[in-house]
Amino acid sequence: MAESSSNADGSSKMIGLILFAVVILMLIIAMLTEGSGEMAFHPMDQFVVSPLFGEGAVHWYTITNATLWMALAIGGIALLLVVGSRGRAIVPSRAQSMAELAFGMVHKMVEDICGREGLKYFPYIMTLFCFITFANFLGLLPKSFATTSHIAVTGLLALFVFFAVTILGFVKHGTHFLGLFWVTAAPLPLRPILAVIEVISYFVRPVSHSIRLAGNIMAGHAVIKVFAGFAAVALISPVSVLAITAIYGLEVLVAFIQAYVFTILTCVYLRDALHPGH
Amino acid sequence: MATEELDAAGSAHSAADAAHGGSNGAEAVGMPQLHFDTFPNQIFWLLVSLVVIYWLLSRIALPRISAVLADRQGTISGDLSAAEDYKAKAKDAEAAYEKALADARTKAQAIVAEARADIQKDVDAAIAKADSEIAAKTAQSQSRIAEIQAGAIDAIEAVAKDTAQSVVVALGGTADESAINAAVDKRVKG
Repeated sequence: MAESSSNADGSSKMIGLILFAVVILMLIIAMLTEGSGEMAFHPMDQFVVSPLFGEGAVHWYTITNATLWMALAIGGIALLLVVGSRGRAIVPSRAQSMAELAFGMVHKMVEDICGREGLKYFPYIMTLFCFITFANFLGLLPKSFATTSHIAVTGLLALFVFFAVTILGFVKHGTHFLGLFWVTAAPLPLRPILAVIEVISYFVRPVSHSIRLAGNIMAGHAVIKVFAGFAAVALISPVSVLAITAIYGLEVLVAFIQAYVFTILTCVYLRDALHPGH
Repeated sequence: MATEELDAAGSAHSAADAAHGGSNGAEAVGMPQLHFDTFPNQIFWLLVSLVVIYWLLSRIALPRISAVLADRQGTISGDLSAAEDYKAKAKDAEAAYEKALADARTKAQAIVAEARADIQKDVDAAIAKADSEIAAKTAQSQSRIAEIQAGAIDAIEAVAKDTAQSVVVALGGTADESAINAAVDKRVKG
């Protein structure tokens, strides 16, 4: 028994080593063949914004693949939240309970973080959450276009949040909103230094807010594409298919988590505007 | 990053890509995310999308879902309070039942006591009747005994008078009836 199990251990270790060696070898082969121009790595092609109909320049009004996938996101949202809830059933259908789940999650998040007065802004936050979630998940479909992988999109969303929160803060609290930067809990000599740090971190918010989302989505899609490029080589294709599967699973997780993170950060920023006194 | 490489490769592979198709039928040069000429397009369509989504949510979906949730909450709390009512009613009914049971028990006890008293009365009456009968019979017997006794004394007197007369005659005397009677009477009464 003991011998056979140690044998099994030894053989599995051997298999692992062999697999590792094979992968390394294949990577080297792949590099070499790529150099010779047989393999094509174009992980960024999927992000190109191009007109849906015909060729030519992309004007602001042109209907592009971005337009199409944003429209599909709208369609998905309408399907889940509008068509799904049309029964208005006391005992909900599957679609309705999913819609209620999404509603309840975001509603509770807003209420928990911003308090009851934050619920006035719940529709805006729900809009952001729905758009990002659906865009992320639709972007995971093969041949699709991930609208949220673009800094133009996430940047606009983040700037929308930034300006909305800043304006709201000044409208609600006037100059008291600046108290956000003046940490009264700290000793007086430290306060100017902390104020500088707070101001910097406040203005970095939209940058991190937008790049976090776009970067995550873009990186995941690019990595999947790189592995897909390796799949063209017969020798390493099993490994690369496995890797694509694993990363795809991870990306499904990331798609939701990033939408969740974006929403929760929006709530946190909104709380700062509603209650600036820490 | 790999972007420089892709920049270079972009033009070199353009012919091959026409065949391979690309993912969107287009060739990436550098990071498409930084192609600022596509920004107005994306921003415009994003704004349109956000307005449409906001409209859908705020006009249709969210009021409807929150109404459904509130409705359900109302139904649940209504059902709960109804259940509470029923529970209270059941408790009342149980108390009433207990009370009826106790009442019935005391009533039964009263009836039992009454019946017992009735029976006792009957028994007492019967005993009294029997007692009086017995007393009457005893009195009757006593009077008869007295009669018999008196009868016996008379008979004894007669026998004593006869015997005394015979004894006097046998002794050779003359039987003076009145003297004998007086002597016997005197003796018997003595």
